[in-house]
Amino acid sequence: MTTTDATGVAAAATHEAVRSPLREFWRKFRRNRTAMAAGFCLLALVLAAAAAPWIAPFDPAAFDYDRILEGPSAGHWAGTDAYGRDILSRILWGARISLSVGLLSVLLGGGAGVALGLIAGFRGGWIDSLIMRVCDVLLAFPGILLAIGIVAVLGPGVENVIYGVAIFSVPVFARLVRGSTLSLKRAVYVDAARAIGVRDRLLMVRHILPGTLPSVIVYVSMRIGTSILTAASLSFIGLGAQPPSPEWGAMLADGRSYIGVASHVTFYPGLAIFLTVLAFNLLGDGLRDALDPKLR
Amino acid sequence: MLKYLVGRIAGILPVLLVISVFVFGFVHLLPGDPARLVAGPDATQRDVELVRQDLGLDQPLWVQYGRFLGNAVQGEFGRSMKSKRPVSQEIGERFMPTLYLTVVAMVWATLAGLLIGVASATRRGRWQDHVGMVVAVSGIAFPSFWLGLLMIDLFSVKLGWLPTSGYGTWQHYVMPSLTLGLGVAAVMARFTRSAFIEIAREDYVRTARAKGVPARLVVWKHTLRNALIPIITMVGLQFGFLLGGSIVVETVFSWPGLGRLLVDSVNYRDYTVIQAEILLFSLEFIIINLLVDVLYALANPEIRYS
Repeated sequence: MTTTDATGVAAAATHEAVRSPLREFWRKFRRNRTAMAAGFCLLALVLAAAAAPWIAPFDPAAFDYDRILEGPSAGHWAGTDAYGRDILSRILWGARISLSVGLLSVLLGGGAGVALGLIAGFRGGWIDSLIMRVCDVLLAFPGILLAIGIVAVLGPGVENVIYGVAIFSVPVFARLVRGSTLSLKRAVYVDAARAIGVRDRLLMVRHILPGTLPSVIVYVSMRIGTSILTAASLSFIGLGAQPPSPEWGAMLADGRSYIGVASHVTFYPGLAIFLTVLAFNLLGDGLRDALDPKLR
Repeated sequence: MLKYLVGRIAGILPVLLVISVFVFGFVHLLPGDPARLVAGPDATQRDVELVRQDLGLDQPLWVQYGRFLGNAVQGEFGRSMKSKRPVSQEIGERFMPTLYLTVVAMVWATLAGLLIGVASATRRGRWQDHVGMVVAVSGIAFPSFWLGLLMIDLFSVKLGWLPTSGYGTWQHYVMPSLTLGLGVAAVMARFTRSAFIEIAREDYVRTARAKGVPARLVVWKHTLRNALIPIITMVGLQFGFLLGGSIVVETVFSWPGLGRLLVDSVNYRDYTVIQAEILLFSLEFIIINLLVDVLYALANPEIRYS
């Protein structure tokens, strides 16, 4: 009887141990109601952005000179701007721009940063010093200044904003991944893999990279929020998306002349930026708590 | 301490050199011919050649770089392409307004952040904590330009209390500094809260409490004083954030500072001014980092001697 009991306990323990990390993550994450709510809001926003051509009540670029600067009404839920364009429709179309700028710039900058951090941490020596010194210099610039520098060289526009904002994600990810690579490099399973003759490149990509992913995912979520905010700021000061683009920051820049006369023109796009960035940050906080409490 | 200081100052020289190469390379990365840009669209080929010689653009790159560096060290950056005035003069006029604005924003944001952070940490899990952290989390995500426009709408247009833009009296500082400082106050509140909670777990805090030191004294003397070390670092880091943020805020409130000058010069493609400004901003940021490190070393002897 005792033996079967012992096996039963052992089996339960093994079962506990092999519970997949994904399910473990989900179990923790699900309990964080704020992060779940943020996640659902973002999901809804992504779907709304994707469906903008079908769900937007009006053409975002259509002028209607009979309905200039009208406040919110049954026909135009968020009112109209100085050309009579429907603000809600423009926000929905603008979500496509803001979300893709945020996502692309972080994927671009994060991808480069992860690769550099992996190489720096794995190789060490002069490559490590070189990569980390360059990162120090990049980090020495306030992000928006770096982005303005890039835009000054390449010219204003959404595409160049993506590059400008991406660059300042590179050193952040490089540092993060270098740190985890340094500790994972000494892990027993990496030693074992090396002992059976796994090549360096495969060792980096297959054995070390997956170990760094949890913290990378947390940073991605947080950086998307920051990147959307920076991109919108650039558009607001006239260096990013240019009018008549329905980019949110550009919409605020468009509407600032009508402050006091028609404040709704700037109110709703501003709210959209705020809620989106907030949702990404809250999601990031939740992911951090569930995936990698060390980062706190 | 002196040795540490010399070492740290020596350490920033290579960083400055790399930045100067970037800034110098910047003009050469630009699409088009700088000489033609300076000469203007109507200039003849001969004029362009004259400008080229005048600017030394016909010399080898390393000679040009040497001259650029020599001039930059003396604060000489040529003339603005837009106003034709010396860049040093343009920047000189704009420097103080930005500095004042940044300092005012930093002071209120740090004080507010500390208060909210301590209030949240000492009332952990209660409503004060929740309110404080909701404010902090929202403050980080709040677009400063939206806040600026909302305040103009309320305080200038609807209530008529404050001027919408400009520079001069204390009323002009209220909205720009509030707008600029919000993000920093939020970051400081969150950071102070976690630093404070960590220190409050230390043995000497428990000892102080156990031997009957009044709660108020434990909070402000034993805990906060020790939490200040990481907080000082954070203040320094946030200064860089403020310098970046001033670019946006100065645009909202037409503040006659460096940030707006930078935006104007990027829009006008006034490359001599952009060059000087990026160099200046980087220098400021590096100096602030250095000051923070020195303060940190003063507060914590372990760093000085390691």
